[in-house]
Amino acid sequence: MRPIDPSFLDLPFRRLGEAALSRARDLGATYADFRFERDRAQGISVRDTSLESMVTSETLAYSVRVIFRGAWGFASSVTLTPDAAVATTDAAAEVAATLASLNSEPVELAAEPAYQDTYVSGFEVDPFSVPDEEKVAFLLAVNEKVLASRKVDHVDFGASLVLENKYFASQEGTETTQQRVRVQGEFDATKIDHANGAFETMRSCALPRGRGWEHFTAGFDYLAAAEEIPGLLEEKMSAPSVEPGRYDLVIHPSNLWLTIHESIGHATELDRALGYEAAYAGTSFATLDKLNSLRYGAPFMHVTGDRTVEHGLATVAYDDEGVAGQSWDLIKDGILTGYQLNRQMALKEGFGRSNGCAFAESGSHVPLQRMPNVSLQPGAKDLDLDDLIGGVENGIYVIGDRSWSIDMQRYNFQFTGQQFWRIRNGRLDGQLKDVAYQATTTDFWNSMEAVGGPATYVLGGAFNCGKGQPGQIAPVSHGAPIALFRQVNVLNTAQEGAQ
Amino acid sequence: MDLQDTLERVLKLSTADDCIAIGWHHSSANLRWALNTSTTNGVTEAQQLLVISIIEGRVGSVSRSYFPEETLESLVRESEAACEGKPPAEDLMPLLQGDGVPQEWRQAPEQTGIGVFGKLAPDLAAAFGRAGEEGYLLFGYAEHVQSTVYLATSTGLRRRHSGAEGKFQINAKTPDFKSSTWAGQVTATFEDVDIEALEDRLRQRLEWSKEQVSLPAGRYEVLLEPSCVADMALEAYWSTAARDADEGRSVFSKPGGGNRVGETIAPDGITFYSDPKEPGFEVAPFTVATSSSSYSSIFDNGLPTGRIDWITDGVLTGLITTRHWAKVSGAEPKPFIDNLIFPSDGPGLEEMIASTRRGLLVTCLWYIREVDPQTLLLTGLTRDGVFLIEDGRVKGAVNNFRFNMSPLDMLAQTLEIGQSQSTLARELGDYFTFAKMPPLRVRDFHMSSVSESV
Repeated sequence: MRPIDPSFLDLPFRRLGEAALSRARDLGATYADFRFERDRAQGISVRDTSLESMVTSETLAYSVRVIFRGAWGFASSVTLTPDAAVATTDAAAEVAATLASLNSEPVELAAEPAYQDTYVSGFEVDPFSVPDEEKVAFLLAVNEKVLASRKVDHVDFGASLVLENKYFASQEGTETTQQRVRVQGEFDATKIDHANGAFETMRSCALPRGRGWEHFTAGFDYLAAAEEIPGLLEEKMSAPSVEPGRYDLVIHPSNLWLTIHESIGHATELDRALGYEAAYAGTSFATLDKLNSLRYGAPFMHVTGDRTVEHGLATVAYDDEGVAGQSWDLIKDGILTGYQLNRQMALKEGFGRSNGCAFAESGSHVPLQRMPNVSLQPGAKDLDLDDLIGGVENGIYVIGDRSWSIDMQRYNFQFTGQQFWRIRNGRLDGQLKDVAYQATTTDFWNSMEAVGGPATYVLGGAFNCGKGQPGQIAPVSHGAPIALFRQVNVLNTAQEGAQ
Repeated sequence: MDLQDTLERVLKLSTADDCIAIGWHHSSANLRWALNTSTTNGVTEAQQLLVISIIEGRVGSVSRSYFPEETLESLVRESEAACEGKPPAEDLMPLLQGDGVPQEWRQAPEQTGIGVFGKLAPDLAAAFGRAGEEGYLLFGYAEHVQSTVYLATSTGLRRRHSGAEGKFQINAKTPDFKSSTWAGQVTATFEDVDIEALEDRLRQRLEWSKEQVSLPAGRYEVLLEPSCVADMALEAYWSTAARDADEGRSVFSKPGGGNRVGETIAPDGITFYSDPKEPGFEVAPFTVATSSSSYSSIFDNGLPTGRIDWITDGVLTGLITTRHWAKVSGAEPKPFIDNLIFPSDGPGLEEMIASTRRGLLVTCLWYIREVDPQTLLLTGLTRDGVFLIEDGRVKGAVNNFRFNMSPLDMLAQTLEIGQSQSTLARELGDYFTFAKMPPLRVRDFHMSSVSESV
């Protein structure tokens, strides 16, 4: 394991944590934790052959969370002195005391062992060790290659790089120091028919990873995508518009990860199922009374939650309540078998122990129950793309994510994509355009007829899953094999918009 | 060291050709509740410093949330080093010249704290009690943010702006979660939040929901409440970059080249403008740009903003234009402004309901996403109350729908414009607070499918 970034270790988090937790004890808090976080981030945006923007930021903050007079209190600060840490603890206690009258029952937490540990995620090249000039040159080279085809009019490349360091200490004796790295980068090509004003876009299907700069140089092959996409986009521009109706869909993991995220990931958050997010993110059709009985999908459907998979965006050794990372079933044999938990809900709803799904966006955000990596497992049979397409007479092969939307109980969704290939009699037969698929969650997952084998499994995901008030974002991965769905409702987006 | 002195120190340390320093102070308090009980609550205090160095047209941007005096020199040097090896900025323009130090420059950042909920917290506790007795559940969120920004440039420009943004949202549900209704409000102080009045509105709608009506997908005449109009209009506002339009990759592009400014895109009477001095909707009267894009340019920092008309009586009259793109295209610079006003003295919502023969009253929209940038087709859901109106009366609650509709079609198909009011966009209110919108009557609003959700 690589060492923790020494510039983080030089910061006075232990001293501040001791001051904060000591003050919490003196005040009589029944629980207290201290979290100190530094996030380095870089956003790079290249528009055609120009560097549009490159901003390097460092966000540093710490927070104290207490259970005081039976209520939660939270406060954060950026002043790195013990006095300020004590004042922050006082502010958290004041919040709890002010609002305790609004609490209907005292807050209690599920038990968790105490840990003293250090964790660093798996990466080869710290993206912040790479000269800016080299990163910009890489992005520009990709864009120049796309434009050199002379088949497209514009290309935009955006990249995000993050180095996250976190220290956590609790009154229960846990003290952990963690470091994670993640990267993402995608380019969008645009082709315009200047005569009639029509335009189409196509994006590279480069999925984000818990990796370092090596993702760009030795992971996803951006230059190969830059070679391929202009021709594909030109073909898409002149492709027939889809005839709406029911089609068999073969869906690539670059698209299916987002459907998993929206229709399974969010639906199995216990805070949603219990109503705690009802006014904002929404609730879930997968309510607690349906645990171990809801037929979520096909009998071979196996979905796991984990905070352990290598290079996963939600992978940690310990969550933001000091709970060790775990892996568990959310859906087994097509039946809902699990939820995502934090310590408060785990105790209150009788689960015994949290499965480690508390996460806060930064040192100034309160931990919420957030999504772990949620992944559809591949099948035991070693089916590949040709096997799945070979079983389709009249269908569409969907690659890449684009537009997404799902209702507040996670029933009705609509997704589009980047590439749609017509399948006729078991073979690909050119591209289509204007495709969206729309379904109800359990209908869709019960229409799944086959999943590909381990060789088709790909880890997708996003940096920016949103939830909570004040709003927070969280990174999360979703693995999936290629999968076949029967008779899914396909819309023509041009017709949907026609008046 | 206060923020103003920090910015002055940064400029003094700078050896770049030009330097921009921006400092923010955010003080916030929040209160959240669900199931008639408090959930997560907190106060936060945060600062951010952005240093933008410009050397031979190259830009280096570095920001920090922790920047004691002893770190400033290394921060400035890092920003200068970040210029090395980069291509010159495409949007390079001379920085705006200073015009003296404004009177408010030395004022300290404004603060808030948990005390801002001093009146609200007991009112809420009482509301929880009433909800428990009457058999419904309350959920919601209150947030107060006091933000102060200081902007200083090596060309002598100094600007300060401070503003408070308060948002209050309350949602009532029946215990079986089969009926749901929502109300939101923008407030500066929370003193004007009348929880009992909002409860009356929520109770009325829960009462309407006792009669449930199932309707199929289709195109309906709808009355969109102001929050819905705000969500749809903001999606359009965020798609109005002149450069994207001129390059042919926007709904505002003109076939054959150029943009659609001057074209009639909506009925007479539909006007949208932004004005930093709009009473009750005041926002920063100058541009603050942290990065460059087709919507903003770091070289425009400090650009004074006044009223900009985006649509005037149905005619597209403005697109967001940076100084650089204005120079390229020959247009006037028109910066993004953080408020959006759709003025109208039309009838109130009750009057519009009374004059409806058959239609749907839609109270909130949710999970709105772009499907097709060419037409700005959006998809999303209705939420927390769709009601069937027949012969001027509400007949009952209708199932939710997924819609597929462009905001430009929404405007083009508007039949009636109601009375404008301050509104909180149900979805985009997190990112954009100050909107004044009327309810709209729209024909043939496309409800693409039925959603089982409540």
